[in-house]
Amino acid sequence: MALEVDGQSIELDEEGYLVDLSAWTPEVAKALAAAEDVELTDEHWDIINFLREYYEEYQIAPAVRVLTKAVGKRLGKDKGNSKYLYSLFPYGPGKQACKYAGLPKPTGCV
Amino acid sequence: MADYEIPKITGEEGILEIPHIQPDAMKSHGPWISKHEFQEYMHFPTDFKMPESVEHYGDADTLVENWKERALAKMADLKGRYRSLQVYLDICVKCGACTDKCHYFLGTTDPKNMPVARQDLLRKVYRRYFTFAGKFFAKLGMPGFVGGAELTEDVVKDWYNYYHQCSQCRRCSVFCPYGIDTAEISMAAREILDHIGMGQKYCTEIMGKVHKIGNNLGLPGGALADTLEGLEEDIYDDTGVEVKLPMDKKGADILLVTPSADFFAEPHVDGLMGYAKVFHELGLDWTLSSYASEGANFGMFIGSYENMRKISLRVRKAAIDLGVKRIVFGECGHAWRVAYSFLNTLAGPFDFLDQNYPIPQHVLEITEPALAAGKLNIDKSLNDDMTLTFHDSCNIARGSRMGDKPGGQFEIPRNVIKAVCNNFVDMPADTIHDATYCCGGGGGILTDDLMEVRVKGAQPRMEALKYVTDHHGVTHMAAICAICKSQFTKVIPYYGFTMDQIVSVHQLVSNALILTGQLTEEEMEAKEAAEEAERLAAKEAREKAAAEKAAAEKESKD
Repeated sequence: MALEVDGQSIELDEEGYLVDLSAWTPEVAKALAAAEDVELTDEHWDIINFLREYYEEYQIAPAVRVLTKAVGKRLGKDKGNSKYLYSLFPYGPGKQACKYAGLPKPTGCV
Repeated sequence: MADYEIPKITGEEGILEIPHIQPDAMKSHGPWISKHEFQEYMHFPTDFKMPESVEHYGDADTLVENWKERALAKMADLKGRYRSLQVYLDICVKCGACTDKCHYFLGTTDPKNMPVARQDLLRKVYRRYFTFAGKFFAKLGMPGFVGGAELTEDVVKDWYNYYHQCSQCRRCSVFCPYGIDTAEISMAAREILDHIGMGQKYCTEIMGKVHKIGNNLGLPGGALADTLEGLEEDIYDDTGVEVKLPMDKKGADILLVTPSADFFAEPHVDGLMGYAKVFHELGLDWTLSSYASEGANFGMFIGSYENMRKISLRVRKAAIDLGVKRIVFGECGHAWRVAYSFLNTLAGPFDFLDQNYPIPQHVLEITEPALAAGKLNIDKSLNDDMTLTFHDSCNIARGSRMGDKPGGQFEIPRNVIKAVCNNFVDMPADTIHDATYCCGGGGGILTDDLMEVRVKGAQPRMEALKYVTDHHGVTHMAAICAICKSQFTKVIPYYGFTMDQIVSVHQLVSNALILTGQLTEEEMEAKEAAEEAERLAAKEAREKAAAEKAAAEKESKD
């Protein structure tokens, strides 16, 4: 699988995640979302940016709990819950948001 | 939600009617195939060609060289290593007792998901190549006369597809008069497939992470430490008590080995906080290990003794390095099967541990007697917003035991739930204890590319849950397995339930447990208000001091 972004071909795995994590750009995120009929709003970007920062520090996507807590601290308590995150990323904040943020999918018994 | 039909549940009887069969209903290419890099890490052959697309999965030109000879050689190797495998392949009398016992057959109606038919996919090749009758009739060009079949590309494709529609839950083996264990046959089939270029991506990628990082998730030590710190904060914010979740603490008494999902997923993490609170309250000195930060052992799912052993040896090394006296396992189904049934032969002897405790021990074997002895201060009414039922996880129910009495694996979790909850109802008898239905996601099936299999395979459990929901007002289902918890939170919405209806058993304990020194909600609020006031006062004092200093400096300048 591959994604065309600005004339460049970006390689994706079977499930649509980036094969080369360094190939990520904001345009890639927009294209990945567009492929799933999602238009990225500022609310989406808040989450995506946090995910990328966390990944840079810890080399893994944050747990849902860590994510909700951080979102609550940054954006207000009413948004620090998985309901809010699911409203933005209906396929699951872990999996869908990670995909747009260019992070590898969390695997295991999750 | 899905491009296939979601089975309907009625809740009338709690037990499914046996469906009419629909041949090839689940014929497919199977899950994603493992890339060379993952196979290499597992020490499996890599001289295969990665298929260009799923349509080519199993094509002879994508498999390893001499794939047929190598598949048969592997089969010969396995039947030599495991006498049970050969007995199971020889002994089936086609009585049919197993046919309607598999949740995947009931949910999908595909006759190849009947346990006997699933076994026969491998058995027919065994009969053709390894029995006198099979070899003889094959020479006459009619191996089918004695239930044999040539090993062809199509057989390999069926293996890959249908052995990944088995969660190795062993329900069928309970009803088999000969005790034939389909799980073992399915493990052998996957081991053969791994040796001809058809590994499954999900399992091998995950095991690569365990070998490299220490857990299925690939959670490095730093992230784990940060996560545990966050959980300590959460417990403190909730109770006002400093409960620790120690990592790599040398000289601790207990090493807790738990599935890495407990650090990451909901409701697993609530269970982990429950273990921590129980240990704290009982004054136990415990630690997690960043090296052995995984209870799960996917080596079992793919029938790879070598990989299962390698993962188990991490637990041994961590126990020795940390100098612990006991090893305790958290809520994880197949981890407990491997721990209870195989750990001693895989990674023993454990003569360096305290022999006065079970080796290894299940966390419920600590909590249950503590509750029974009144060592934990419990307010059951704190769980009164729920009516619980309990899902017996297959690997615990049929592959292990707890406590010192037969059936302890059924009683101990229920005793714990009943000790911390006022409302508990069991699901129908044919769907619990050793007749429990799998969640539909066990044995290496818990991956998005097998979603249809997972949703349909959950149907029998969903029917039983619907029954107790409609007839007994059940609101939540508790489980003691990371896979069950993840599978259910994902698939129950397809059946009209909500994901938060799944809870961890130790989450229920955590809800009802009043820690020594725990503050009430009002006290917590008052404490937070006092801390806030203190912060404000300190801030004011700082500002005042700064202003005074600035004034003094100005004065001295003047």
